[in-house]
Amino acid sequence: MEDNTKEKIKDIIRDNEVLLFMKGTPVMPQCGFSAAVVGVLTHMGVKFNSINVLEDAEIREGIKEYSDWPTIPQLYVKNEFVGGCDIIREMHENGELSDYFNNAGISV
Amino acid sequence: MTMTSNEIEELILKSFPNAKITIDDLRGDGDHFAAQVVTEEFRGKSRVQQHQMIYNAMGGRVGKELHALALNTSAPKD
Repeated sequence: MEDNTKEKIKDIIRDNEVLLFMKGTPVMPQCGFSAAVVGVLTHMGVKFNSINVLEDAEIREGIKEYSDWPTIPQLYVKNEFVGGCDIIREMHENGELSDYFNNAGISV
Repeated sequence: MTMTSNEIEELILKSFPNAKITIDDLRGDGDHFAAQVVTEEFRGKSRVQQHQMIYNAMGGRVGKELHALALNTSAPKD
């Protein structure tokens, strides 16, 4: 991954408390797994920003290397990689996700 | 490119010979699977780390040959 891509990813993760790398946008998700995470965050009333990786091929591949995670979507909370669709769903279903947000100082 | 449930199970077993594995073909298209993996080697690891261990066992196929592998991982209950 190019250095400037890495820097771009680092900066954007640092500058956004809750950031979802997804395919499409929250209003128009282009993949069921991305839509599922948007659904969880919306259901919990969490304010989040998103990056449409379909609009930037460098970020689309770079974020996989950056997180050592092979798929999209990817959720970051306060600079920390939380997981992809299956982990977010599992955490939401067993109540871990609201605890996670509260512990991170994000009220839900 | 697609994969079969057996191919996925074999790859995981190669890295985790004692794992208990259940694989569901979510859509029958060879591209979307769910797998439950239980192995002692996950003990003390975070969920993200456990899934990364499986992705490594899959040799980079997840996200390429395989569009999605929804994972549920844990160490055996005592």
